[in-house]
Amino acid sequence: MLTHRVIPCLDVKGGRVVKGVRFQGLRDAGDPVERALAYQQQGADEIVVLDVSATVEARSHQTEVIAGIRAGLMLPLTAGGGVRVADDAARLLEHGADKVAVNTAAVARPELIDELAARFGSQCTVVSIDARFLHEDTTGASGCASGAGAGAPGDWEVVVRAGREGLGRARSAVAWAHEVVERGAGEILLTSWDRDGTGVGYDLDLIRAVSAVADVPIIASGGAREVSHLAEAFEAGADAVLAATIFHDDERTVSEIKQRLAEQGFAMRLE
Amino acid sequence: MSARAVHLVNTRVANIASVRAALARLDHDVIDATSAEHVERAERLVLPGVGTPGAALEALENNGMRAALGERLAAGRATLCICLGLQLLAERSDESPGTALFGLLPAPITRLPRSVRVPQLGWNLVRARDDAWLAAGYAYYANSYCLSAEHFAAVEAAGFEIAESELVPRRGDVTQPVRFCGAVRRGALWACQFHPELSGRFGAELLRAWLGAEGDGAC
Repeated sequence: MLTHRVIPCLDVKGGRVVKGVRFQGLRDAGDPVERALAYQQQGADEIVVLDVSATVEARSHQTEVIAGIRAGLMLPLTAGGGVRVADDAARLLEHGADKVAVNTAAVARPELIDELAARFGSQCTVVSIDARFLHEDTTGASGCASGAGAGAPGDWEVVVRAGREGLGRARSAVAWAHEVVERGAGEILLTSWDRDGTGVGYDLDLIRAVSAVADVPIIASGGAREVSHLAEAFEAGADAVLAATIFHDDERTVSEIKQRLAEQGFAMRLE
Repeated sequence: MSARAVHLVNTRVANIASVRAALARLDHDVIDATSAEHVERAERLVLPGVGTPGAALEALENNGMRAALGERLAAGRATLCICLGLQLLAERSDESPGTALFGLLPAPITRLPRSVRVPQLGWNLVRARDDAWLAAGYAYYANSYCLSAEHFAAVEAAGFEIAESELVPRRGDVTQPVRFCGAVRRGALWACQFHPELSGRFGAELLRAWLGAEGDGAC
């Protein structure tokens, strides 16, 4: 049977890993190739590399980083960040990515998803959705509270531009998840904006809600610090869990975490 | 030709960087196969592939490789077909209706049922059915279509050994696991639905075994 996946995520800026890390045996500066291969050694199921560089110039390292990781990586590699048109995805795939994640550009022009799926296949097309919970009394960051019927109370809005812009009730994250699958996305990388970096656990209601409308695999992201958080996400319907901090902060390795999940009865790949 | 050379079919439409890197890690010189001549003279040939069967065959045809590849496969020469490559060995596929495939595997390719999440993306246990030509282990799959277990008998009758995987339905009334073909082998012709180049040590061992196995010969 299919196992649950544990996926370390590397946020890369200007060719270096940017999330604060105190990772055993690695330099603090954070070389993404070194880090990715260390995770492979520990039993990671897949690697995601998101380039968060703010400028095109700083992103010029992106393909170098992907090629460097690919040379030594025997695992699937997803690359994201700055993908605006299908040719951007082609460049990442040519350098060794197996899947490409799109986010802001797909929200701005949803046809991009159809184009990627047609050219590279659904199994190659990952749509990254950043979702922020809308409280009943919220006016919405963008003031779009009147988006009639699009989002019920207790819904989530899509946020773009690394969380700087919320789209309000007019763009419900759950409805968007349904749409991206219809357009050919083969996987959803679902990040809770509210939980990201908090360490209080994944937004399980969000995972359940998206899981109910999307038949493709879902990678849960945002908020994990404990092994129990990963277990909860699987129970809520996630096929895979993405995390950065949990692997960086402690002495816990990916393999120890997977071992513990296996002991709790989850199907895991243990090497 | 160097004993450590391997040809990799390159039609410039499939993503082959990962396969290339995996073969290079096993100390092989990877040479692009871009013509019928390459397909004919390659001692060992890898056929990767993503996309639809129809588009893949069209790309092979446009590069003049389709007929040569058909002959090579029928002769049982050392060839490793990956993912869509395995599906091209079947008779036909629901993904490209009306397109005749290479037809070595007497079976159709069908869509994974609605009871499981499609595409299958992730690590699944692969087990050889009869003798242990392939040690059991986890391999990485990325597929929406498969060769279903109901055709295993026909495929075995055609002289192929089979390794299989299964998916457990996540919802609905169906509780029976969905069983499908993970890999086949007949002589020096091997094919896997999963991606050995992305399957960690398990995949590397499979590639090593194929690269080190007896070369060309009658099947």
